[in-house]
Amino acid sequence: MKEIYLDNNATTKVDEAVFEEMRPYFCELYGNPSSMHFFGGQVQGKVVEARNRVAALLGASPDEIIFTACGTESDNAAIRSALEVFPDRRHVITSRVEHPAVLTQCRNLTQKGYRVTEIGVDGAGRLDMDELRGAVDDDTAIVSLMWANNETGVIFPVEEAAAIAKSKGALFHTDAVQAVGKIPINMADSRIDMLSVSGHKLHAPKGIGVLYLRRGTPYRPLLVGGHQERNRRAGTENAGAIIALGKACELAGQHMELENTQVKAMRDRLQKELMAAIPYARVNGDGADRLPNTTSIAFEFVEGESILMHLSERGICASSGSACTSGSLEPSHVLRAMGVPFTCAHGSIRFSLSRFNTEAEIDLVIRELPPIIHLLRQMSPFGREHLKAQQ
Amino acid sequence: MWDYTPIVKDHFLNPRNVGDIPDADAVGEVGSLACGDALKLYLKLDENKEKIVDAKFQTFGCASAIASSSALTEMVKGKTLDEALAISNQEIADFLGGLPEEKMHCSVMGQEALEAAVAKYRGHEVPAHSHDHGPAYPDQEGTIVCKCFGITDIFLKKVIETNHLTTAEQVTHFTKAGGGCGGCIPKIKELIDEVIGTRAEEPRKRPEKLSNMKKMQLIQEVLERDIRPLLWADGGDLELIDIDGSRVQVAFRKACAGCASSGNTARMVELKLRDLVAEDIVVEEVPA
Repeated sequence: MKEIYLDNNATTKVDEAVFEEMRPYFCELYGNPSSMHFFGGQVQGKVVEARNRVAALLGASPDEIIFTACGTESDNAAIRSALEVFPDRRHVITSRVEHPAVLTQCRNLTQKGYRVTEIGVDGAGRLDMDELRGAVDDDTAIVSLMWANNETGVIFPVEEAAAIAKSKGALFHTDAVQAVGKIPINMADSRIDMLSVSGHKLHAPKGIGVLYLRRGTPYRPLLVGGHQERNRRAGTENAGAIIALGKACELAGQHMELENTQVKAMRDRLQKELMAAIPYARVNGDGADRLPNTTSIAFEFVEGESILMHLSERGICASSGSACTSGSLEPSHVLRAMGVPFTCAHGSIRFSLSRFNTEAEIDLVIRELPPIIHLLRQMSPFGREHLKAQQ
Repeated sequence: MWDYTPIVKDHFLNPRNVGDIPDADAVGEVGSLACGDALKLYLKLDENKEKIVDAKFQTFGCASAIASSSALTEMVKGKTLDEALAISNQEIADFLGGLPEEKMHCSVMGQEALEAAVAKYRGHEVPAHSHDHGPAYPDQEGTIVCKCFGITDIFLKKVIETNHLTTAEQVTHFTKAGGGCGGCIPKIKELIDEVIGTRAEEPRKRPEKLSNMKKMQLIQEVLERDIRPLLWADGGDLELIDIDGSRVQVAFRKACAGCASSGNTARMVELKLRDLVAEDIVVEEVPA
C-alpha cells in the first residue's frame, strides 16, 4: 500500500538529494574527520561545509554549531550545562506543554532539590507571558521554552521570553526541533543562548541533532573524553549524518517559502474541509500563531487510536493525542494543559504535512475521514446520544 | 504501532453485534468519556430467562476495546448467565488471539460490563467497579485506591488474583490503576503482596486420587495459574492443545515459539504438572 504520509512532526522522509550527499561517506570515504591523513581530511572538509550550511539556515556562525546525536541530547545538554555553570541558582523554568525531552528532565530536577516552574498556556495553547514575567527571579538558572509545539504547532514568542529571562541573568534555551526548517530563524538577531535542532524533522536521517550555542555563552559539555566539537561534545563525529544534515538545511532554506505558501495552503484546506464536513470538532490551538504544516483536530465522542487504525487501513499516516496510542492512559499533557475537555482530548488527530505531500493526498483524506468518524460515533454510546439529539 | 493479532483487527474493522436491544433484559455500563473508554452491553434472554439469545454493544475506545466488546458479545451468546459470568478477561483476550499487555484493561472492561449487566438484572448491588472518575457507585464496598480512575481495592485484588499479576506495571495494564498520577503505586504494591501472601498460604499438594475429569481441570488450572504467568514474564506463552489421559499436548506461543530452549520449558511444565497434578504426566510439545 502506498503511504499518504501526514505525520511529519514525528519524522520525515530523507530527501533523495540528502541521501545522495551522505552516501559516499560510509563505504568509500569512511575516514575519521579528526585523522591526520588525506583520507580523514576529505571527510573533515565536508563536515566543515555541513557546519556552514547548518549555520546559514539558523543565521548563526559555524563555531556556534555543536553536532549531537538528537534533539533530546541537545535539550538535556543545554539544561544540564546551565545548572553546572550557575551552581548557586536553583530554579528552572519551563512550560507545561514541552516535549518530554525537556519536561521529564525538569521534573527529575525537583527530586534533586531544584525549584521548577512550569508556565501554563491558555485555551489556544498560547504561553502565559505574565506568569513567565512573575516567575523569573535572581535564582533562575535557565528558562527552557519550545519554539513551536509538536502536537498543535502553536508558536511561542521566544524572543520576548528570552528578553525576560536575560533581564534576571538567566540563560535561555529553546527546543526548536519543530520550528527549524518550517519558519525562518535568525540567531544573529536574537537573544536566545541555546537552541536544539533535530535532523530527522527536516528530511535528514535519524540520529543527528544540533545544539546551537551562542558565542560567549558559558558551557559545560554533557559528553566528555574527546576534543571533538571544540571540546564541547566528545565522541567521533557521525560524519555521514552531519553531511546529510548540512544538505537538508541547505534545502530547507531553499524551500522555506514553499513551506509557508504551498504547504500552508494544503494544511488550511485540509483543516477547513474537515471542519465543514464533521460536526462536533474543534481545531486545537485555533487562533494562535501556528506552524504552517500542522493541524490538530479534536473529534468529540470517539477515540483517537480507532481513528488512526481506520486511516492506516487506507494508507493514511497521522498521529493522535489520545492515550491509547502511546500505551499511557492519560490523554496528551499538551491538550490537557490547554484545557481541552476529556470529551475530545481522547479523539484528537494531528496531521503534519511536508513539501512532499500533494493536493491529491489531501483530497483523499478529506474524502475518507468523515465516514470513519461517523462510523465510530455510531458505535460509541456517547456519539449515538448526540447523533440522536441532532435529528 | 501495536502488534494486534489478525483476529483483533478483524473484530475492530468488522465488529459483530454493534447496536442496542430496546427490550434488553440486562444492560451493563462501564467507563466514561473522561477515562478514554466506555462500554454499554445489552443482553436478551430466552423465554425461560435462562440463556442469552442476543447480545449487542456500544463502545467508545481504542481498537482493542472495540474488538474486546465484539468478542465478548460473540462469546456470551447461547450461554446461561452463570456460564457467561464464568468468562474471564483472559478468555476474552485468548478469543482474540491475545492482546498486548498494555491493552489487557480492555478485556477487563468487557468482563466488568458483563458483571454489571447480570448484577443489575438480578437486582444485586453492582460489583466493585473501576473505570470512572470518582466512585460511580458510592454504596459499593471497598475503598478507592486509584483516585485518577476511581478504582477500589476490592476490584484490584480480584484482578490481581484472577490474572496472577505480580508487578504494579501489570496491574496498570490490566486495570489502568496507577496509570494517571502514579500516586497509588505503593498501595498497589501492598495489595499485590497481600494477594501473593494469600496465594502462598494455600496448601499446594498433589491430590491422592483424581478422576479423569478432575485431572483435566487441575492440569488446566496449574497451566493458567502457575505456568503461563512465568512465560508471560519472558514475553512468551503457551496454549493447551489436548489432554489424553496423562499425555498433555502444548504449543508454545509468542517468544516461546521457536525458542531454542523450548525443550527445557516443556520439561519445566512437565515437572510442575507432576508435582501438582499426577506423577505420570507426560508433556509433549506440538509445533506452533
